[in-house]
Amino acid sequence: MKKISIAFILSLVVLLGAESCSKLEPTLPKNADLLDGSVDGLSSSENQQFLSGDKAFNDLVFTPETGLGPLFVATSCGSCHTGDGKGHPFTELTRFGQSDSNGNSFLAQGGPQLQHRAIPGYTPENLPTGATFSKLIAPVITGLGFLESVSDADILAMADPNDANSDGISGVPNWVSLPSYISPSAGAITQNGKYIHRFGKKASSYNLFHQTVKAYSQDIGITSLYEPHDTYSGLESDPEVSSQIIQNVVFYLHTLKAPVQRNIDDADVIQGKQIFVNIGCVSCHKESLTTSYSPIAAISNKVFHPYTDLLLHDMGESLNDGYTEGGALSYEWRTAPLWGLGLAKNSQGGELFLLHDGRAKSIEGALNYHGGEAVVARTNFFNLSDTDRKKLVKFLESL
Amino acid sequence: MRTLYQRLRSKKLQQYCFKIIIQSFFIFCLLAFNFSYSQIDSTLLKRVSRDTVKQGMNMDAVYNRPFLGLGKSPVSIGGYMEANWQHIGTNGVSEGHQFQFRRMTLFVASGIGKRIKFLSEIELEEGGKELGIEFAAIDFEFHSLLNLRGGIIMNPIGAFNQNHDGPKWEFTDRPISATQLLPATWSNTGFGLYGKQYSKNWMFGYELYLSGGFDNSIIANTQNKTFLPEAKKNPERFEEIASGLPLFTGKMAVKNKKIGELGLSYMGGVYNTFQEDGIVLDEKRRVDVFAIDFNSTLPKLNTFITAEWVNIFVQVPTTYTQQFGNRQQGGFIDIVQPVLRRKMLGWEKAVLNIACRFEYVDWNVGTFKSTGGNIGDQLWSVMPAISFRPNVQTVFRFNYRYMQQKDILNNPPSLTGGFIAGLSTYF
Repeated sequence: MKKISIAFILSLVVLLGAESCSKLEPTLPKNADLLDGSVDGLSSSENQQFLSGDKAFNDLVFTPETGLGPLFVATSCGSCHTGDGKGHPFTELTRFGQSDSNGNSFLAQGGPQLQHRAIPGYTPENLPTGATFSKLIAPVITGLGFLESVSDADILAMADPNDANSDGISGVPNWVSLPSYISPSAGAITQNGKYIHRFGKKASSYNLFHQTVKAYSQDIGITSLYEPHDTYSGLESDPEVSSQIIQNVVFYLHTLKAPVQRNIDDADVIQGKQIFVNIGCVSCHKESLTTSYSPIAAISNKVFHPYTDLLLHDMGESLNDGYTEGGALSYEWRTAPLWGLGLAKNSQGGELFLLHDGRAKSIEGALNYHGGEAVVARTNFFNLSDTDRKKLVKFLESL
Repeated sequence: MRTLYQRLRSKKLQQYCFKIIIQSFFIFCLLAFNFSYSQIDSTLLKRVSRDTVKQGMNMDAVYNRPFLGLGKSPVSIGGYMEANWQHIGTNGVSEGHQFQFRRMTLFVASGIGKRIKFLSEIELEEGGKELGIEFAAIDFEFHSLLNLRGGIIMNPIGAFNQNHDGPKWEFTDRPISATQLLPATWSNTGFGLYGKQYSKNWMFGYELYLSGGFDNSIIANTQNKTFLPEAKKNPERFEEIASGLPLFTGKMAVKNKKIGELGLSYMGGVYNTFQEDGIVLDEKRRVDVFAIDFNSTLPKLNTFITAEWVNIFVQVPTTYTQQFGNRQQGGFIDIVQPVLRRKMLGWEKAVLNIACRFEYVDWNVGTFKSTGGNIGDQLWSVMPAISFRPNVQTVFRFNYRYMQQKDILNNPPSLTGGFIAGLSTYF
């Protein structure tokens, strides 16, 4: 009887322990401390597609058997976009061959992107002699659905190509022709048959679908129904990724949540934000934008805070690599959204690699590279007292 | 219309046929025993019991198992099973309660003749989802120092690969370095020599094999890392070697009964298909694995310690991405302390142990060419455990795992933790 009692008690303890075991497991980090995760308010079917896209984006690793390369930069989407945050120089890519708005003159020599890696048995590309180039690291990818849903009219309203208000800021959209597989969005505005592009460091991608199709082709060497030409042979081949997978990835990118600001009640952060406004950073890094109608209700007609105007600006000679895309000039760069900046270290291996190629190792360092239209804001920043500078940096780190 | 041959070339059908053949084989064996001896007193079934926790040397593990002998029949059968419950979460996300039938393994051994014996080990994992021959070899003994083994052999790299039976261990999971760094139960078709020599308290053993081996998948896989276990997925490896060159595996071990056993092992060869139909496609690329293992029982305390460390070197094409590392390392140490050894719950020689396993694995040792920073892709884990053995062949285990895993960039680690309980027994 004693044996049975002990065995029964032990079994009961194990069963009760099993029921409460999750309390002894690692807890979920705070939502604001994570970049990945879906936007609130998705329907069940939208959540399912988000999960499918998440899987394709982060877990679908290509191998030579499934179409990788033969020339490539990375083996999966997630390789470059770890944790959906800013990328690392380890997966930087190089674009080359276009020095002005007249197009890329090195397309026949592998342009516009250098595939500097190759599967066994193949030789990767080398930079052609005489080609100007830029090295680019992956941007943060959260909140992109909100950026895509800003209307062309709103972007144009922020543009000031002739600096009519004499503030020294003259942002312009990047007008580029659409590839045949892209349909213009509702309310799209055209100029000489060209459309406003908004994604990428030079704003040379029209929308997330365009960006995704190009990335499969140029970054991983994966052909699709939309970009059927192999980057090595130049020949058309069967799709190596299905259109459904591309749609799922695009949906995933569309519905990643916007980064959440932290420490918003901190006095230094509040004052830092005011300093950010006072010294003129907001002239380009617009705090709030509004989405237009989107078939995804969770991102339709919402005000959000990306700290960008999605326009190209002259950033001066120190950021002029001599390379450009679309109608942008080589010293023009699209205003980088600042949201998620405070979490960049968590996706860049504990260090900071800021600006288009990761050359700046700190926020102050990045500001120091600002020239052209941003020279006044940069001068104002370095004229601040140490205390005010720290408050401004603290504000930026809260984003 | 496809011919029958063409149909048989279909992989799924081949796997299905393989399953049917194996299942039929075992049913036949059981029926044969049943019909042949159905009139015989069941006490003739003799259990050849062994203390599988303590043994001669690691290299003896294949035969150091309890078998069920039948009268004077030269055939013995046996096996073991493992089943677990677990509730594990990573960064606050859990798949909830999981009941897992990890594996059931069946052994058939027979003494074919004087100094000739055969043993096979067939494993069904995850409820039959995976089925494979882990070991099926014939041994010819010429001398204790010179034995010939041929068939599907277990490559003697480290200690765990040969000595992997669930009931021998106090932990519900196999060591990560033995499953995610080295392939778990890595076996190949091959031939080789082994031998042992005893002298008072000392034992010396060696094993030398040439076998099939790895393939391109170790650097071209969906794990997105250099991953030797990927080669296990290649069903062709029992028929052909991807490189056309054999994999060499060798091990030397020395044991002192009062101190413990130390093993040094090496496994290496060309892994890639560098030529096909006589046409050179690529350079030859090698994989080289060095392992050291040790086990000992501390006197008086009876604390059992077992440890293994592995270093792997893989030649990765210079044109490839650093995502796939050219150097890996990792290992584990288990400490098992018996705390009660007496009659418990009616079992005469029951033992209650407390134990702990420490593990470390680094899939990509080195620095980034672009920044000079350290490459991550590593984890460490600690696993405290309580185990209860009603007898030496059966174990109930209750473990907690806490693990930190970093991605390739060394970003803040993902945290994994949770409880696992299970049982494992020879039968």
